[in-house]
Amino acid sequence: MNAISKIAANDLPLLSVRQLDKSFGARTACRNINFDLWPGEVLAVVGESGAGKSTLLRCLCGDQQPDLGQVLFTRRDGSISDLYDIPEPERRILMRTDWGIIHQNPRDGLRFGVSAGANVGERLMAIGARNYAEIRRTAAIWLERLEIDVARMDELPFTFSGGMQQRLQIARNLVTQPRLVFMDEPTGGLDVSVQAKLLDLLRSLVGELGLAAVIVTHDLAVARLLADRLMVMQGGAVVELGLTDQVLDDPQHPYSQLLVSSVLQI
Amino acid sequence: MTAGYNFAYLDEQTKRMIRRAILKAVAIPGYQVPFGSREMPLPYGWGTGGIQVTASIIGSDDVLKVIDQGADDTTNAISIRRFFAKTAGVATTTRTADATIIQTRHRIPETPLRAGQIVVFQVPIPEPLRWLEPRESETRQMHAYADYAIMHVKLYEDIARYGHIATTYDYPVIVNERYLMRPSPIPKFDNPKLDMNPALMLFGAGREKRIYAVPPYTIVKSLDFEDHPFSIETWDTSCALCGATNAFLDEVITDDHGGKMFVCSDSDHCAERKEKAA
Repeated sequence: MNAISKIAANDLPLLSVRQLDKSFGARTACRNINFDLWPGEVLAVVGESGAGKSTLLRCLCGDQQPDLGQVLFTRRDGSISDLYDIPEPERRILMRTDWGIIHQNPRDGLRFGVSAGANVGERLMAIGARNYAEIRRTAAIWLERLEIDVARMDELPFTFSGGMQQRLQIARNLVTQPRLVFMDEPTGGLDVSVQAKLLDLLRSLVGELGLAAVIVTHDLAVARLLADRLMVMQGGAVVELGLTDQVLDDPQHPYSQLLVSSVLQI
Repeated sequence: MTAGYNFAYLDEQTKRMIRRAILKAVAIPGYQVPFGSREMPLPYGWGTGGIQVTASIIGSDDVLKVIDQGADDTTNAISIRRFFAKTAGVATTTRTADATIIQTRHRIPETPLRAGQIVVFQVPIPEPLRWLEPRESETRQMHAYADYAIMHVKLYEDIARYGHIATTYDYPVIVNERYLMRPSPIPKFDNPKLDMNPALMLFGAGREKRIYAVPPYTIVKSLDFEDHPFSIETWDTSCALCGATNAFLDEVITDDHGGKMFVCSDSDHCAERKEKAA
């Protein structure tokens, strides 16, 4: 119900994907993908390895141009643009301000050669912040928000635990207050208790900030906890798309049924 | 001039190619122009880029000065000066005011330059973004889009670690309010001299095969933060030889018992001051 009330408040989708195709030679990674993402909505993409989830995410976040189809997004001023029609400098600015990308491996999303504070401050400097004290103050606020000890602000990320690195990556992305965040397996590679904590944090942040998010995961529990809607992919195509609870409690497609029934019960 | 060499060592076609690169570099201040760097009779890191730039701009009526670490009497400076005396038969000098071309490593002379003079810098690593971005394809895009945020990350990191901007040489600058440039390993003391200088500044990197330029009277701004503004080095002492208080000083160890003295790094400037005082 939560998702629906949000939709009513904003009548334009934040992101619209139309007939997106991407193949690598003869291998099709994504086939005819269509969906809308609304402001404040969290969409989870699930499916087995090789289903095209990560390729789809790369196409959405501007990393990889699709062969066919459109990725339309609504700007803050309400105008709609195709992500791959705008000039690249503009796309880069967009990705650093309005959007965020959280990688599965913190090494892909963080700069390991500079301190945690610099990692968080980088986006601020990219959009023109030139006051050291100001940058530091903002960075400290976000570190605190992500439950990273501010005393460790000047330490290098490799001295952090895996969970902390992942939280640092999230802080680095949220510092410019994006409206849309892409996450590729944000809890992959973390042990279960850290996973639970991170999920809890993510859930409260998404709620507080009104973030829209696309989360790629193969963990249905993550989807259940975070997502408003769920998209099931198989062999590059979307086989089922619906409200998370609906898809998980009453899967219609045989592959979704298989996926749901394969979850280990304790 | 020694027979058997073309004027200034390089063949005419090569000089022509380098001149074209230089023209392009002057047209786009701070932009790194690729060029077909030749093998020179000295090792990479000793000034192969600078020597090629000098060879392609020098004429028989030019007067050449070469400095290394500010001094005219260091090995590298002497051998490059002798190289051009031999292959181009040009006059050489140690006096900044008399020179038309000054090839340098590490310093810009203390004596103010005038219009018509050309300073040729030897550059080891031309790419200012290389420290954080190893991919050339990516750094080229960053230059194209003036996407220079990570340079400030470096300065941020300096302040976070040391309490002040600890970069003291090769201090990054923005040329003509557009291109980020590495001013070769000159001390940041010399950065203000780059700004609105009447002389033409050419930068040659032989191993990296890049030429870039700061034309006369170009705005060159050193990067900084509002609350940590750019500042140059200062010393508590004056030059032990000439008493200069506003020159870049080198610390020279004089014995094994901790004895040391501070002297001007620009040997010509120091000698001139001593002459005047005498």
